[in-house]
Amino acid sequence: MEHYSMNLTLKVWKQKNATAEGNFETYQVKDISSEMSFLEMFDVLNEQLIHEGKDPIAFDHDCREGICGMCSMYINGRPHGPWHGTTTCQLHMRAFKDGDTIVVEPWRANAFPVVKDLVVDRSAFDRVIQSGGYISVNTGVSVDGNTIPIERENADKAFAAAACIGCGACVAACKNSSAMLFVSAKVSHLALLPQGDVERKNRVLNMVAQADKEGFGSCTFTEACEAVCPKEISITNISRLNSEYLKAGLSADKAH
Amino acid sequence: MKWSDFFTSSVGKKLIMSLSGLFLIAFLVVHVGLNACIWAMDDGVMFNKAAHFMGANVVPRVLEIGLFAGFLLHIIQGLALEFQNRSNRKKGYAVKMGSKGSAWYRKSMGLLGTLILLFLIMHISHFWVPSRITGLEPTYIDGKEYHDLFGRMAAVFTDNIGIVILYVLGCISLAWHLVHGFQSAFRTLGLTNHKYIRLINGLGIGFSIIVPLAFALMPISFYMGWV
Repeated sequence: MEHYSMNLTLKVWKQKNATAEGNFETYQVKDISSEMSFLEMFDVLNEQLIHEGKDPIAFDHDCREGICGMCSMYINGRPHGPWHGTTTCQLHMRAFKDGDTIVVEPWRANAFPVVKDLVVDRSAFDRVIQSGGYISVNTGVSVDGNTIPIERENADKAFAAAACIGCGACVAACKNSSAMLFVSAKVSHLALLPQGDVERKNRVLNMVAQADKEGFGSCTFTEACEAVCPKEISITNISRLNSEYLKAGLSADKAH
Repeated sequence: MKWSDFFTSSVGKKLIMSLSGLFLIAFLVVHVGLNACIWAMDDGVMFNKAAHFMGANVVPRVLEIGLFAGFLLHIIQGLALEFQNRSNRKKGYAVKMGSKGSAWYRKSMGLLGTLILLFLIMHISHFWVPSRITGLEPTYIDGKEYHDLFGRMAAVFTDNIGIVILYVLGCISLAWHLVHGFQSAFRTLGLTNHKYIRLINGLGIGFSIIVPLAFALMPISFYMGWV
């Protein structure tokens, strides 16, 4: 595909701080290369804003190679933009045409309050993980990786679930602001492996309870989460979470 | 874990929707099967007898209480969930996702359910209320007195295109509600095996087409003079 450069109109959410009202600001960017990443285009814009003495746009980013889960832009009505299975940092400007108008918003959910501009506070996910997304291991000499045999099929499913980078696109896309794809990926990852067996019941009960407490909604299987997930986490993980929750909830014999 | 915590968690609430939904799906099978007796081409004799059994026998009458409870649970919980879930995003998006990645009917269960509720109110006032409360004209089969529900259907639907259209629209709402609800109910119960998910999806789509179509053909049959 041929390289080309483009001029774009950007409508970006600007919000001074968590309590400020916030509004859309319109920016023009010129000579953007089709080979730039979306975040590099934002770097160009921010440099331009700094030169003009204006406030640059705050946005989250870290690894810029699609594995950290920090970038979190809602671009033209879709988390992480128009490409399937792609984080914002891996979205390239060849997804757009010269003269396009691009609307960029932060993730919207009560549980993800805006900190500034496009930056949202996703510490709710950290608290969900703290409530049960771990396993107990003996410290000391590390054991051989193949000591515990694991069925190949389960290993593959666990690995696919573990690919979740916790970016929050599932919450951003869900009409219920449900975090179930995230929670279920973490529950499935450990439920499918023998190492996860010790905390199995408490894990799913505690993680769902924490997600509820954070203000995430319930899953109604609209499948929007699966469609926008940059790591293509399967919605079947939510069925597995439900199954785990039913087994744990019906058999657990202590107050939670 | 206490029952109250279990059923008030986000997963537990969905479980209530799933189980009550499956119960109502089972009711639809009974309802459509019984009503299909109008096509026996015997001027409603078989249908009136079947309806009489449902109204006079103690077992269906007790189950009827369960049916109303099931409807109320599904409606109240469904509406409560819809409002709770909506309130989780106080500030919405300027550019909506629309149907990107999620079919319209999967996101419109609250709306479709409300349309079915409105239909249900009309439907109950047409048939259940006269049959059980205000009284119906009697008909005599072999000298025995029966409620003439067949006659009631004829009176409601014949020469009444507006009502027939409302019933067909109610059936269309039901069909879309079932397309999502049928398979979603099983996923909520924890169905993860893709072999069974595909089976349930197929069954669900078949059920969602056949049952509402059969229901829709009932008022149409009276209007067109097929029965």
